[in-house]
Amino acid sequence: MAGPVLEMRSIVKTFPGVKALSDVTLTVRQGEVHAICGENGAGKSTLMKVLSGVHPHGSYEGEILFEGDVCRFGDIRASEQHGIVIIHQELALSPYLSLAENIFLGNEHARGGFINWNETLRHATQLLRRVGLTDHPETRVADIGVGKQQLVEIAKALSKKVKLLILDEPTAALNDEDSDKLLDLILELKKQGITSIIISHKLNEIRKVADSVTILRDGQSIETLDVKAPETTEDRIISGMVGRDLDHRFPERTPHHPEEDAAPALEIRDWTVHHPIDQQRKVADDVSLHVRRGEIVGIAGLMGAGRTELAMSVFGRSYGRYAGGTVLKDGKEIRTKTVAEAVGHGIAYVTEDRKHYGLNLIDTINRNISLTALDKVAKRGLVDEHEERQVAERYRKSMNIKAPTVFEPVGKLSGGNQQKVVLSKWIFAGPDVLILDEPTRGIDVGAKFEIYTVIDKLAAEGKAIIFISSELPELLGMCDRIYTMAAGRLTGEFSRAEATQEVLMRQMTKDKEVTR
Amino acid sequence: MSTDVTNTPAEAPPGKSGSNDTGENLVRLMLDGMRRNMRQYGMLIALGLIVALFAVWTGGDTLLPHNVSNLVLQNSYILILAIGMMLVIIAGHIDLSVGSLTAFVGAFAAVMTVQHGVSWPVALVLSLAVGAVAGSVQGFLIAYLGIPSFIVTLAGMLIFRGLTEILLKGQTLGPFPGGLQKMGNGFLPEVGPTTNYHNITLLLGLAVIVFVVLQEVRDRKRQQEFSLDVLPAKLFLLKLVALVAAVLTVTMMLASYKGAPIVLLILGALVVGYGYMMRNAVFGRHIYAIGGNLPAAKLSGVKDKKVTFYVFLNMGMLAALAGLVVAARLNAASPKAGLSFELEAIASSFIGGASMSGGVGTVLGAIIGGLVLGVLNNGMNLLSVGTDWQQVIKGLALLAAVGFDVWNKRKSGS
Repeated sequence: MAGPVLEMRSIVKTFPGVKALSDVTLTVRQGEVHAICGENGAGKSTLMKVLSGVHPHGSYEGEILFEGDVCRFGDIRASEQHGIVIIHQELALSPYLSLAENIFLGNEHARGGFINWNETLRHATQLLRRVGLTDHPETRVADIGVGKQQLVEIAKALSKKVKLLILDEPTAALNDEDSDKLLDLILELKKQGITSIIISHKLNEIRKVADSVTILRDGQSIETLDVKAPETTEDRIISGMVGRDLDHRFPERTPHHPEEDAAPALEIRDWTVHHPIDQQRKVADDVSLHVRRGEIVGIAGLMGAGRTELAMSVFGRSYGRYAGGTVLKDGKEIRTKTVAEAVGHGIAYVTEDRKHYGLNLIDTINRNISLTALDKVAKRGLVDEHEERQVAERYRKSMNIKAPTVFEPVGKLSGGNQQKVVLSKWIFAGPDVLILDEPTRGIDVGAKFEIYTVIDKLAAEGKAIIFISSELPELLGMCDRIYTMAAGRLTGEFSRAEATQEVLMRQMTKDKEVTR
Repeated sequence: MSTDVTNTPAEAPPGKSGSNDTGENLVRLMLDGMRRNMRQYGMLIALGLIVALFAVWTGGDTLLPHNVSNLVLQNSYILILAIGMMLVIIAGHIDLSVGSLTAFVGAFAAVMTVQHGVSWPVALVLSLAVGAVAGSVQGFLIAYLGIPSFIVTLAGMLIFRGLTEILLKGQTLGPFPGGLQKMGNGFLPEVGPTTNYHNITLLLGLAVIVFVVLQEVRDRKRQQEFSLDVLPAKLFLLKLVALVAAVLTVTMMLASYKGAPIVLLILGALVVGYGYMMRNAVFGRHIYAIGGNLPAAKLSGVKDKKVTFYVFLNMGMLAALAGLVVAARLNAASPKAGLSFELEAIASSFIGGASMSGGVGTVLGAIIGGLVLGVLNNGMNLLSVGTDWQQVIKGLALLAAVGFDVWNKRKSGS
């Protein structure tokens, strides 16, 4: 067996307030495909950013050895000179430049500042062949599909004489056919002697291409398994990923026993959404679910499972292209074609991305809280500022928003306090159904508990709550019922009693039933 | 909380014990507010300095009653445009067509009244309607078809300029009927006994003072009703005195010349109306919301397209009003009217605190910005500085104002 090409020893990386990596060790052998898996937030991407120099030497602790030499990369260029190339989850191609121009971007075939087009095109064609593309190198990137774009990224990596290729969830945005092509290419490159690290949480993918897998959990490397060994089953990997104690605290919750005969507060039937650009891809595929008054229903899924896309699509068609399905409120079909209609029917969607979709960061707390329901503090189209201020003061106290006054711009608040403002805003709107998308993402433990308490109180008041989260302990601690989603489809439904981390993770990592 | 407030009624003697703690809190609050509106307060101070400077350089000419009166007349149309432009910029857009549109509407009014003998009130209404139509066409293209406002209004700038020349056949058309002329040059009529001052203007000033005081007192009462913190009595009194003094000074100046220009009344109504709308109307809030964070506003149920559409419709109407005022002031419609007005209006907005990325700014800010430019113009004219250097200096003023703001923001780390 070949020796190690890469060793990362005791890597520690701290961000202000958060320890993203605490003691990670990773050993990759020459010529293998090494998978890294772990839950969202386990530290996979951070580790790869440390390796590729995005987080430069000095900003982390620990040691990196590549081909036996100690490496201190100051930036991406430095790591690329050693033949380490990372392909990020979000593609980094310039859409209106040609394939050839993209492949050699920053690395042009040029003399004296002028590009040698003949050499560029010749070399580009050759590289495109190597990744299995027959498109003309002068085609614009925007004119080829996402799957092919991923391959162009790899061609770009090859142009840099790559020795170690890092792929961060390369198939997350691809359909089945493109995924297969990409995985085959990784195996092909392996034959040519290129070592790969692939971050993925699709277990069938890992089984297909990887030789070994390292499991990360809460910023630590838990174990490295030999994928080909018979004892490495999917269950074995799953138990490594979730094997954490329930270390978060949750408010005491009396599980809700809804009256089965009453119509659900919200029911979604056969909902299907296509990706806004890639029309072939279904981001939500024939999803049906419901939630009753006073009930907290979880949706578990890994990144790219389609949870946010489903929620946003139901909420005023705010994402993708609607391709079918109905929404029922209290047993009656309703229209939710626009956000205003959805809000009018008493639905609220609290976004996972509060900075981009939730708040006007340059505006004050009071104005953010009142925005969705301005009519409640307005008479004949005119806002009563005093009443508005009083409402905001009320939420500042009841939600414990830490700010000197309600006139503070929300951009200056901490993540937890921003989240409380978003919640206040939607609670003020007075909805019957709240869809909470990752309501505790990126906030500290204390604020998390406060938010759990608020959610619990809302349910006790008879609101129906859909709770989308990637943190299984949180779902297990809060929900009466949990759905699992994977690749746009519902893969399971569990009562509070049935649900365990292992059971959920198994359904969350389930790809299409048809195995390859 | 509520008991705390009931024992501090409005008549509480100034400096009553126990208000110390909240007083300190409020001073901090006010400083906070000032820091946040740094550009506006900074510009208000800068405006004061510029006025003082020119007053000294011109040996007091700047502050002569007839010059103050002139200042209002000369800048009224830029200020009208600046109000609309501020709304457009807050919504995250730009409008380059307003200069050409003012010329076009002026030409339209001239053709109607001078060539076809239409009576001036009818011409006034039709002109505003033309502006509204022009604005709504541009607004439709921007809001519903998604063509960038820069492109739509750049096209509008060319189109309206061309249409103006076609309407006027390249010539100047005038004079306007008396009613319209008054919009540009007229003053309030005089009645009553002969004093050294303009009686109606004095009365008007008095009315404004009474209104302001009542409004402030009522506001304070309402705040107490809602058990919110209010300014301590002493500070409140100081604020009232300052407001009254300011109104009184302007009134006396205008009253000792020909009285208040009619266009000042129009402008006053616009500032109060639009200021109130941007602060208190749901529509105004929605403009800030779409400019500050469009995706978030959409997900909050704000009808962003409709809001954008009305912002441009409104801009068209204000441009028409400005066009009438300009034409009335020159007493003629000219193919070259309104040249580079759009740039002055945009500069006024940015000097007055607007942000390139939208979501920030106030109507009062636009007025302050416009006045800074206006006073610079006026003062340099009095000092007979050539238009060449005037442009250089105005350009530098714009750079300095925005540069200061950028520097200030970076310093405070936001």
